[in-house]
Parts: sequence; C-alpha cells; structure tokens
Amino acid sequence: MTTRELRRVTLDGELTIMTAAEHKDRLLTALAGSGGLRVDLSAVEEVDTAGLQVLLLARREAEQLSLPFELAAPAPDVAAVLALAGLTAAEEE
Amino acid sequence: MSADDDDMREALDTFVTEARDLVQQLEDGLLDLEAHPSAAETVNTVFRAAHTLKGSSGLFGLRHLVHFTHVVETVLGSVREGDLAVSPGLVSSLLPCADHIGAMIEGLAAGRLEPDAAQAAEGARLLAALEPYLPDGQAALAADRAEQSGGDAVPERAWRLSLRFGADSLRNGMDPLSFLRYLASIGTVSQVTTDAGALPAAGEMDPETCYLAFEVELVSGAPKEEIEAVFEFVREDSDIRIVPADHQLDAYVWAIRAMPESDRVGDVLIGSGVVTELEMAEALRIQQDQAVRSGTQPVPIGEILVRHGIVPAPIVDAALNRQRKTTETRSQDTTTIRIDAARLDRLIDLVGELVIAQSSTGLRAGAGGEAQGEVMRLVDEVRHSALALRMVPIGTTLRRFERVVRDVCVELHKEVSLVITGGDAEMDKALVERISDPLLHLVRNSLDHGIETPAERQRHGKTAQGTLRLNAYHDAGSIVIEVSDDGRGLDRDRILAKAVEREVVAAGAVLSDQEVYDLIFEPGFSTAETVSNLSGRGVGMDVVRRNVTALRGSIEVDTTRGAGTTIRIRLPLTLAIIDGFLVGVGSSSFIVPLDRVTECVELPPGPLGRDCMNLRGEVLPFIRLRELFDIPGEPARRQNVVIVEQSGQRTGLVVDALLGELQTVIKPLGVLFSRLKCISGSTILGSGEIALILDVGPLVADHSEREHLLRARPAA
Repeated sequence: MTTRELRRVTLDGELTIMTAAEHKDRLLTALAGSGGLRVDLSAVEEVDTAGLQVLLLARREAEQLSLPFELAAPAPDVAAVLALAGLTAAEEE
Repeated sequence: MSADDDDMREALDTFVTEARDLVQQLEDGLLDLEAHPSAAETVNTVFRAAHTLKGSSGLFGLRHLVHFTHVVETVLGSVREGDLAVSPGLVSSLLPCADHIGAMIEGLAAGRLEPDAAQAAEGARLLAALEPYLPDGQAALAADRAEQSGGDAVPERAWRLSLRFGADSLRNGMDPLSFLRYLASIGTVSQVTTDAGALPAAGEMDPETCYLAFEVELVSGAPKEEIEAVFEFVREDSDIRIVPADHQLDAYVWAIRAMPESDRVGDVLIGSGVVTELEMAEALRIQQDQAVRSGTQPVPIGEILVRHGIVPAPIVDAALNRQRKTTETRSQDTTTIRIDAARLDRLIDLVGELVIAQSSTGLRAGAGGEAQGEVMRLVDEVRHSALALRMVPIGTTLRRFERVVRDVCVELHKEVSLVITGGDAEMDKALVERISDPLLHLVRNSLDHGIETPAERQRHGKTAQGTLRLNAYHDAGSIVIEVSDDGRGLDRDRILAKAVEREVVAAGAVLSDQEVYDLIFEPGFSTAETVSNLSGRGVGMDVVRRNVTALRGSIEVDTTRGAGTTIRIRLPLTLAIIDGFLVGVGSSSFIVPLDRVTECVELPPGPLGRDCMNLRGEVLPFIRLRELFDIPGEPARRQNVVIVEQSGQRTGLVVDALLGELQTVIKPLGVLFSRLKCISGSTILGSGEIALILDVGPLVADHSEREHLLRARPAA
C-alpha cells in the first residue's frame, strides 16, 4: 500500500493515566516519519480512559497523515475496552 | 392534542377488546382443564392468556392488573412446568380470578383506571386464596408485591446515556470506563459509542485530561434513580444525560397517558420514571436562574427539560397533555362527586330538623341578641347549601331532547331546529327526573301537532324549518320551563267544538280564551285528526298536567293562531322546604305556601250574604277554613282574609290570626292520609305543634266545585 513500512511499536504494562503522557510521546514520535504504526498490545495488562484517549489520538494523527494504524494482539480484557471506542485489533499477520 | 387523546382512547379500546378475549380464553381454558387436567395445550393457552394480559396491562401502566395477573401467571407457570397438578381446588381458586380480571377490564372500559376499594379488597382476597399454590418463597413475595404494588411490574427499559465526563475526572481518579463496567452490573450495556470529537490537536492534548464522551445504550430493570446514582460522584463536573431510548418513546408516551392526572407536569414526568427528582430539581433551578437573570416570566419547565436534553420532546408533550386534561376535567367531572341520594336526603332531613329546632329557640328566647341572630343566619345558610346540594342544572335533561327532535323529525318529515336556552338554571334533582317525562310529551306534541310540514309552512309564508324552543329560567322562587314552537298555534274553535262533542263543556257555554286553551289538559282530549304513534291518542296533556300538579307546579298555555304555542310549566325549586305563611284558626295552625299568597286583608265586619266580599270593587269569593275543617269554637272577633291566587283566579281564605312567614320543612303525610285533597303535608312548628300545609290548588278547585253544586241545587 505504502512505500514505507509499518513501524512496530510494542507497549507493555499498563496503559493508564499513570503512563499516558509517556505513551503519547512514544506513539507520536514513532508515527512521525514512519509508514504507519502497528502497535503490539499483547503485553498491555490494563487500559483506562486516558490510555484509550492516547490510542485514539494516535489513530487520528495517523489518519490525518493518511497512514495505517493497527493495533495488534490485545489481551481479551484490553480488546473489550478498545472495542468500546471502536478500536479493533488488526488480524494477525 | 385531541388526536393524541383519540389515539390513546383507541389504544385503550383495543386493549379492552383484546383483554376481554383473553379473559374468555382464560376462563374457557380453566373450565377445560377441570375436565382434562393434563391437557398440555390447554395449560399453554391459559398461561399465555395470563401472560399477555399482564404484558399489555404493563404497557398501559395498569399496575393493579399487572400485579394481579402476575400472581395468576406464576401459578399457571408452575402448572406448565409440571410442578403443580391441576386440582378442582386450584380451578375453583383461579376461576374467580378470571372473573376479577374481567371486572377490572370492564371497569377500564368504563373509564376507571384503578379498581375501587371493593375490587381491590376482592383482588387481595383472591390472591390470598392462590397463596397455597405459589412456589415456596413466592408466596411471601406475592404479598410483598401487594404492598409495594408491583416491584416486578417495572419492565426492563432501554435507556440512552450520554456521558460527558468532566475534564478532571481522570486526574480525580474517576475513570469513565469503570462506570461503563459498573453499568453492566445493573443491566445490559447493549451498545457503546465513544465520541473522541473533543480530542484537541496532538500538541495541545493533555494526556491526563478527559476528552472522551460516551453514548451508552443500557437495558435495565433498575429505575432511573438507580442508574443516576451510579454517576453520583462525577455529577458535579460532568454532563450526564439519561433518557429513554428512542424506540421506547412510544411506550413512555403511552404510559404517561395512562397515568393518573396531575396538576404538575413535573409530577407526571417523575411518576413515569422518565425524569428523576434530581433532574427535576436541576431543571427548576435553571428555570429560576433564567427568570431571575432575564427578569421575565419563567420558561415552562417542559421547555427547559427538552432544551437541556433531559427529556425528549414527545414525552414532555404527552405529559403536558396529561396536565391539560387535568385542568379540563377539573372543571367538569373531577369537581363532582356522586353521592348516594339517600344520604343526601338524610342530610336535608337533618337540616330540616335543625331549622325547626332553631325556630323553636327563636320563639322561646325571643330576641336572643347578636349570637342568636348569627346562629339564625348560619342555619339559614346551611339550609340553603344543603338544598343546593340537590340542585342540578336542567340543561342535561333539556339536551336529551335533541335526539328526540331529530328522530321525530325524520319520522314526520319535518324540519325543526331545537334551541335550548337557560340550561344553567338549576332545580331539585328529584324534580328534574320527574319533569323529564312530561317535557317529553310536550316536545313530541309540539313536533307532532304544533309545527307544520315544510310545505304547509311555506304556504303560510314561514320558513320551511320550524323552531322548537326549550327555555328555562328562575322566577320568584320557582323555575319556569317553556316549550315553545312557531307552529300553527291552537285552534280555539276546534277545541271548543271537540269539548262540546265530548261533553266536557255544555254547548253554548261562554268560555274565555284561556279557559278554552286549558281544555287541552282535560282527560281524553285530543284534537289531532290523525292519530300518530307519537302523540294524539288523547293521553299526554292531562297526564302532563297531573304530573306537574303533583310536583306542586302549574302549567299554562299561551298561543297565537298561526304563530305558535308556548307551554309554560312553573315548578317549585325544591320539594323539601317551602316558604310558608302561618295562619291560625282557633287552636289549629295552617301553612299557606307563601308563593300563592298575594295579600292579606281584614274581613269586613257585619253579616255577609254569600261567602264573598268586596275587594276594591271586585267580588272575592272566600273559604272559611273554620267551616271547611270543622274547627270547633267561636270565630275570633276580628277575622282576616289571606288572598291566594291559583291559575289567575283569586280566592280568600278566612282565618283567625295571621302568624307570619315561616320556613317550612315539608313532612309528607302518612299513607293513611294520602287521599286528603286539600292538605299537601305537615310540618312541626317551633312550639312543637303540628301545622298542616294547605294545598291551595285543590282547595280552591274543590271549593268552587262545591259552590257550583250549591248554586245548581236551588236552580234544579
């Protein structure tokens, strides 16, 4: 689809208000200059609204750059939360 | 607005019709079960009938019905599950339940949304009888529900929650997601949409600020208050809206329409569960603020609720409708209560006794000072209000004739418009009922004999359409009801000819016009050439007069040839109390109805040739009450004459003493005396003595008859 490759980012631990600022920076930095993001969520144990916001923000930024933004392998709990916000995990490659 | 009402009525009618069928199914099924206790299909039918009844009742907010049918359904459910065997005892307990449901449905059809006390008691009794058949633990539950009237009756409802959390929620440790998770514990969260529209540009986005809003669809049996309470801690900073889901609007609208009426739209909304007290308080606060700020009239609360998204507009409309209906019906129905006539009579009887007792204290104490005067005034007012209780406007009775006129016109091919005036005039309920038939005779008579056919009318230069007027008005302590038509009027010659033919009057007798017209009230008198099935069989006018006289009324006819006839009925306003004029003859007292008394004069001294005297140059015949009633003793030295008027004819009543005006409570005479002609009743005087009330009409008529006989004898 794109000439540049998807950049893989792996998040772990909790994706909550405690870590939201950090994750925001990471995701936005990773997005910049990439061919899109693939965020591996398999190691994420917990998501709250703050975390969800950050993911939504990153997705919007990607959309604005017309870049793909994929979420991968969330744990079931996390997936359920993501689903609330209309964020679905990408199929396994 | 009215369309909505009609919709509601229609919906309710449909429900009633269906419910009748279901009750029938229930009953048939139960009877069938008794014969074939194990017929699975029948058990199913019966259970479904009960279930559907419960469901539809819930739709209309008929809590008592829901509650009652729920228990029945539970019992039938056990039968269906095989936990309970059909026994004659069970069927005997269930059959009256079906009857009870039927009775409540019929009550509904008659417009009663709630069962009356008797029905409620009956319902409770029937439920108690079902108790042994309820599964363990349910029995207590059923009783419980009877207390709180349908905890189970609240069906699951779908809510739409708009949750816009405060920006600081996250920092305050309030995670919106945890609220969503909690919601799942009180209902089913069927859908969540996240609105990230408020997310600012990446650079400005503070990761610790909450930007997200959620739209949640929740299906829950929990009342709105409970859902609201979930957000108690974030309420301050957040914008939480809980409204019924769109597809439930109709259900709310229906429920509201079926709710008891209320003065305040807020009560209706809170009662329906669509608004919580909290929300209403908030809306009221906004209303106040706005009014204070703008210095104008407060905006209607409904408008505020809608504008702030607390309640959808259709629901507010329905509630307003409910309120408006309240105001409307207030002015008519709800201000009236039905009272057992016997109780009312008892009250009036007591008031009568009070009046008597009071006049007795008045007599004994003489001028008892201010307090006495006050008591007299109050008793008088109590008497008036008590009598007013029996007063009803005559309009309802008069309007009933619209149908009569219409039907008769169709039958006779006449065109008549009915004009009713003075329907507000009030009269004693008993009188209204008893005057209705005579009036019917008069109306039919006018239509049949009075008003001509269109062709005939046009030949006489009248409009093709005739007019029948019913008019009522109060006149000097009596009510006058007029039935007038603009028809052909009475034919004097024909009436006279008929009267001679029938030997009612002697041939060649000279009669005044009035006397001739009054002949139509003679028994067996009819001038109609063709006898129709409406009137003209010679029964009617005499019966009318008899009925009117029996009510202490009078009837007269006023007619102009070719221009129309007016029949005028004059009735007392009430039958219970009259204003009387007390006179004494020897040791006896009599009461002359005051409305008949025109004046009192002293009996001229000296011997009088006949029983008549000179009253300002006119001959006044009089009756000596002393002779009439064979009262012993010498007449007083100075006697008085009470002049009474009956059908335009004046007669004197010679008495010993004039004792003054008196409010008289009429006590009917016993059966033994029912044939007495000149006495209409009796009353107890303040002194404890009994006074007879003179019936002036027959008294005068009787006397002139006797005079006739006396005069006829010497001639013969």
